[in-house]
Amino acid sequence: MAAVEKQANKQSADGSIWRELPWWLIAIIVFLITMGILIFVQEEFNRAFLFVKGELGSLEDFPDLVAMIGKGISVTIYTTLVAFTFSLLLGLLAGLGRISSNVILRNLAIFYVEFVRGVPTLVLIFTVAFVLVPWIAELIGGENSGVSMNSRAIIALAVIYGAFLAEIFRAGIESISRGQMEAARSLGMTHGQAMRYIILPQAIRNILPALGNDFIAMLKDSSLVSVLAVRDITQQARLYAGSTFRFRESYLILTFLYLGMTLTLSLLLRWFERRLGKNV
Amino acid sequence: MFDSNDVILIDDLHKYFGYVQAVKGVSLRVRQGEVVVIVGPSGSGKSTVLRCINHLEVPTSGAVYIDGIHLESKKTDINKVRTEVGMVFQQFNLFPHLTTLENVTIAQQLVRKRGKEEAVRIAMEQLERVGIPEKASAYPRQLSGGQQQRVAIARSLAMNPKIMLFDEPTSALDPEMIKEVLDVMLLLAKEGMTMVVVTHEMGFARAAADRVVFMDDGVVVETAAPDDLFTNPQHDRTKLFFSKILGH
Repeated sequence: MAAVEKQANKQSADGSIWRELPWWLIAIIVFLITMGILIFVQEEFNRAFLFVKGELGSLEDFPDLVAMIGKGISVTIYTTLVAFTFSLLLGLLAGLGRISSNVILRNLAIFYVEFVRGVPTLVLIFTVAFVLVPWIAELIGGENSGVSMNSRAIIALAVIYGAFLAEIFRAGIESISRGQMEAARSLGMTHGQAMRYIILPQAIRNILPALGNDFIAMLKDSSLVSVLAVRDITQQARLYAGSTFRFRESYLILTFLYLGMTLTLSLLLRWFERRLGKNV
Repeated sequence: MFDSNDVILIDDLHKYFGYVQAVKGVSLRVRQGEVVVIVGPSGSGKSTVLRCINHLEVPTSGAVYIDGIHLESKKTDINKVRTEVGMVFQQFNLFPHLTTLENVTIAQQLVRKRGKEEAVRIAMEQLERVGIPEKASAYPRQLSGGQQQRVAIARSLAMNPKIMLFDEPTSALDPEMIKEVLDVMLLLAKEGMTMVVVTHEMGFARAAADRVVFMDDGVVVETAAPDDLFTNPQHDRTKLFFSKILGH
């Protein structure tokens, strides 16, 4: 017994602190700090940074917060948030559709999911923006040109991620044991009540980490909307690089901004998962 | 066909799972206030019959009537019938995201449309009845198996059912917890609840059952009062079964 303890002590004395340290995180943070310093002290970096984050217009043109974090970053965050909210809704509906006993609903949902999964994201963005939206506008008699490019971008992202989230919702619902539905039904609840009050609350708790991951993925994929000339940070960086030929500064700063945002989010997510794990 | 005292009437029930025939023509009548215990080897179809009584399984052919209401009829509102038929499962199936109290109130509020105060009052009465009112704010994972099963019973009772179904309620429990659940069930039986119980607990059958139904291979082999069936079985299959489980 004592020998085992000694062995264990020796191992921890062997520098297991060095082994346990999250070196990957330290390296990323060093990169971020270096970039921060560069932006602060280097004039070229500073100029590129101000342009990419989108210091357009004067303070009066935008709400204070937008003016502070910059219009480019605001567009990126706004697009992601709104698109993700809609994709949650679409995903839930399509996920429920996939496991529905109604033949039409089920096939409709599978059609949607498989269709979207089989087409590249970039191609879908073009298709939604230049085919689907004009087509729907024509159907409901609206003005096609009245839909801004940013709205089209949001619709496209929501449609694409809705299909991915549908699979997550489906898996989450199927992860709940059949006995839960049976217990709820045998108490006289309708299928809908059982789904809403018994199955979904448990399923959503199970899939929260996966949803968080997809939110981060969407934040990154929101860079694709720059192809619609939506002035998110990617578009800003492209514009700046194109006009000044400062490619290194532009794209390093773009990398810095995305990495800063995704790293913050994924650390938050880890913390949240750990808290959730304690409660289950 | 109907006797006004019959609250459950099963008429020539057949059930296939794919090509496997689990139930091969079972008929059974249960009168008001009667306690019927179904025993038999595993795979004999006893759970399937029980699950047909509240329509968790849909019979391939045959009919089930609760209080004269034909369950398989398209016109029947199955949710309404189910509020009158409580069900207790082998795996408890408590709702893990809700506290004990919420487990017992949620269906009262959603299905019986009771106000929150009334639902809580009734829930506490039922938790009192099964002996664990002090666990009202605990989550299912904080309870022992026996406590969970008692909460599950309280959850069903809170709906004021006319019939209680028990599907091997003690089979997933540690031995020292079986008694606390059986005690609650005995109490219910004494109070005159109509009960259909699938179980291997012969002690319970002897103490509480009006009739014991022995099933094997999808059919009812023999039905009798517990003492008659245990001490003087008529069929060879029944003799063999009881010699195996009562032999020690």
